Amino acid sequence: MMEIFDIYLLEALVNGILLGGVLALLALGLNLIFGVIDVTWICYAELVMVGMYGMYYLFSVYGLPYWVAAPICILLVAAMGAALHFLVIEPLLGAPPINQLLATGGVLFVLQSFATVAFGIDFRNLGIRLPVLALGEMHFSYARLLAFIAALVGMVAVYLFMTRTYTGTAIRAIAQDRQIMALMGVDTKKIYLVTSALGGGLAGLAACLLVLQYDVHPFVGLSFGPITFLICVLGGLGNFVGGFVAAFLFAEIISLGGLFSDLEWGYVLAFGFFIVMMFIRPAGLLAKRP
Amino acid sequence: MNKQLAWGIGLAALVALPFVYRDPYHLHILVLILIWSFAYTSWSMMGRFGLVSLGHGGFMGVGAYVTALLWNHLGISPWIGIPAAMLCAGALALVVAYPCFRFRITGHYFALVTLALSGIVLQIIIATRDYTGGSLGYTPERTKGSHLLALQFDDKVVWYLIALGVWAGGLAVWYWIDHSMSRYAMEAISEDEDAAAAAGVNVTAEKLRITVISAVMTAMAGALYGQYQMFISPDTVSGIAVSLQMVFAAVVGGIYVALGPTVGAIITILLAEVLRIGFGTKAVGWDNLVYGVLLVLFIIFLPKGILGSLLARLKSPGKPQP
Repeated sequence: MMEIFDIYLLEALVNGILLGGVLALLALGLNLIFGVIDVTWICYAELVMVGMYGMYYLFSVYGLPYWVAAPICILLVAAMGAALHFLVIEPLLGAPPINQLLATGGVLFVLQSFATVAFGIDFRNLGIRLPVLALGEMHFSYARLLAFIAALVGMVAVYLFMTRTYTGTAIRAIAQDRQIMALMGVDTKKIYLVTSALGGGLAGLAACLLVLQYDVHPFVGLSFGPITFLICVLGGLGNFVGGFVAAFLFAEIISLGGLFSDLEWGYVLAFGFFIVMMFIRPAGLLAKRP
Repeated sequence: MNKQLAWGIGLAALVALPFVYRDPYHLHILVLILIWSFAYTSWSMMGRFGLVSLGHGGFMGVGAYVTALLWNHLGISPWIGIPAAMLCAGALALVVAYPCFRFRITGHYFALVTLALSGIVLQIIIATRDYTGGSLGYTPERTKGSHLLALQFDDKVVWYLIALGVWAGGLAVWYWIDHSMSRYAMEAISEDEDAAAAAGVNVTAEKLRITVISAVMTAMAGALYGQYQMFISPDTVSGIAVSLQMVFAAVVGGIYVALGPTVGAIITILLAEVLRIGFGTKAVGWDNLVYGVLLVLFIIFLPKGILGSLLARLKSPGKPQP
């Protein structure tokens, strides 16, 4: 009896790590936007939802192969990210930060209800059933493994972009001091747009991966949006490494909590953990104590 | 003096209304507007001082569910259940808000911590589906005895008067805060916490007081909504969507003036009803689409809200408002 239990435990642990990969990818996109532009996109998960619909239409309706549809979808969401910045955030750059947060909350409503109106409330999926990988007595889905690997590749690509290119360096510099960089001849407006497009692109990548595991419907964003914010805050908003660590912590709590009880209790545990951690480390997991 | 007279006449007209005009559908809409106005007013009490909470969906859920659960499982009358639910919401607000304020969690961070709170309440309601009915919703049992004791009335006029009284009570609390020292303290805090603390304001205590008042009132709105509709579900009284809806309506109406949230409730509920009647089931989603676009436009162009901007314009004509 004990042996079987341990295998379930191990399976839950590994599944937690696999889930953590996608969550870390989402957190990276949000952290990037926050770190550089200093706004929180409450509607970030809704961009992912739109990306998932994009994948559904490109793949299932227009019949494009997955590997062709995915880059188109990523570009599409990246363009949406840039548009979101240009139309909503830029007019509000001088406004109190809370107004920017609320405005993206409005965009959340718009995207959700646009999806309801345009696509209906039916659950849709790509109809791809990836095989299940059996390792001993444990079972993992290829979709999750693929998502985990692609998320890691995506994160490494972003890391290389940020450290090896001029634009990436400028983005990091702005995150450190936004006043000075304008004086140094960096075009802040352009950098903000590039960052928003990059953040959108990461949401698009996450959409391509999540659509393999979950059905898409207009409210799918609500099932992982809040988790993503909590991860970012737990890691310290704008702190990339912190977000990465927090993503895996959260994924493990949800996965293990779900093992011992219902999935909802996994979420309750994760939320509770978040609130407790906020009091112990208000500035984020990896922040130095003041 | 004139202002008080206008308030008195307005209130008297509202009280007299159902005795002159009693179309049940219109009364139903009015009751909904009054209950939600009360909830939005409660939210604005914090929001006007820069304490943007995304956790009010949680307080509302606690209010609605605690009242209904006490009635169904223990047979405790809502007359005791509602105060008990308000107490629970107040305690919850205290537990979450005290460390927040103590450790200076403000702005984005405060909004996101409270977001976690409404997420927790939603998930707990769904997870304890054996008691709460989960996502399917929950219905308080119809009374077999006294309607008054069970706070269940079939007559919409009674509900209209109850909702009107509660709404007026909410405005009275707003007026009381508006004319107290707390208001100046809170305004100082929202400008600069350290400076306020240096000037002798007890920052944590002031913020806690306003948060608990706001949470308790929101719970009451949730309980009333449950008693009136006789059906509650996690989607309609709890969770992040409800929290955002509160923020939205309050911002559109104007969070800095007493009647702003009420105007917000009138606009949002009428808009939803007009779309629902005009387009039928095809309207699903359209109301939120319009809300969303309006919210973005309002925050960019009219951050004071409709009523706030209107009043500001009346006070200083000629000067364009930002």
